[in-house]
Amino acid sequence: MTRVALRTLVALSLLFATPCARAQVRTDTTPRTTGDSALEARTSAVAAQLRCPVCQGLSIQDSPSELAQSMRSLVRDQLAQGKSPEQVKAYFVSKYGEWILLSPAPHGFNLLAYAIPVLMVLGGGAFIAVAVRRWTSSPTPDATSTEDPT
Amino acid sequence: MNWRRAGIAAALVIPVVFVFSRGMKIDPREIPSPLPGNPAPPFALAVFAPGQPPLERPIGDTVRLADLRGRVVVLNFWASWCLACRDEHVGLTDVARGYAGKPVTFVGSLYQDTPGNGTQWIAEMGGQSYPSVNDPKARTAIDYGLYGVPETFFITAEGKIARKITGPAPPQVIRQIIDSLLTTTSSP
Repeated sequence: MTRVALRTLVALSLLFATPCARAQVRTDTTPRTTGDSALEARTSAVAAQLRCPVCQGLSIQDSPSELAQSMRSLVRDQLAQGKSPEQVKAYFVSKYGEWILLSPAPHGFNLLAYAIPVLMVLGGGAFIAVAVRRWTSSPTPDATSTEDPT
Repeated sequence: MNWRRAGIAAALVIPVVFVFSRGMKIDPREIPSPLPGNPAPPFALAVFAPGQPPLERPIGDTVRLADLRGRVVVLNFWASWCLACRDEHVGLTDVARGYAGKPVTFVGSLYQDTPGNGTQWIAEMGGQSYPSVNDPKARTAIDYGLYGVPETFFITAEGKIARKITGPAPPQVIRQIIDSLLTTTSSP
């Protein structure tokens, strides 16, 4: 009887203890994992906007260079310290100039980088529209009458 | 000749030729630094290569920029894997020795390299008159907007970045810059 009671007690304790232990494990690891992955995601988002000084055509997120890795680690550390993505980008701009931003800030002279493609598309579209209209327009009656051999 | 067409062609071609002619004179890899004229980023880095008397510092000693106020500081970033660093090494070490006893401090900062490799390289190159420090994770290099080695920064006695040389620094240019900074420092 005592043995049965003991087994029941052990079974009940396992039944209740295991989920608690699991919950304990979850509470210990889940927030940290979420925090780490959130920090990684924020790091990647900022790193994707910064140009690698070595490769120059790639972001520090994509570049395999050692300097890019060091810069990415610095981005992560600054974000972990509580700096905002804008503050982190401002830090790199203060060291490397606006060149470090893969997309230049839309103000002043930089506006040309945004305006010129739009103007070129509009100008090209207008040119094509005029050319197509000329090509497809039917010849004038006068022209037909002068070219028409009688 | 159709002058209207010639004018349109000229208006399109001349700006393109102008942009290309300017672009050919610019090194696309050279990034204009916003740092000259601004306060030099502070650093506190440990010596791994002591240099030679009378400029030597003990290994493990911390070189702090804040402690060098009142002196012109020449901060040279280098690495053992950098071929261009070999070109400037002898000149830099000679110039540094020539300014011993004057308010000028030369500091070498190892970039993306290990102190072991750096020490071996210095020995192969016949020694270095001034101390070199280690820059873990290249934090100081990034603080100085570095994008390659060698790069040399000239810091005024007031702690501002006066000049930056990208690539091997010619000895006569180093002397010229230091002398001008010393003149500025000594003048009231």
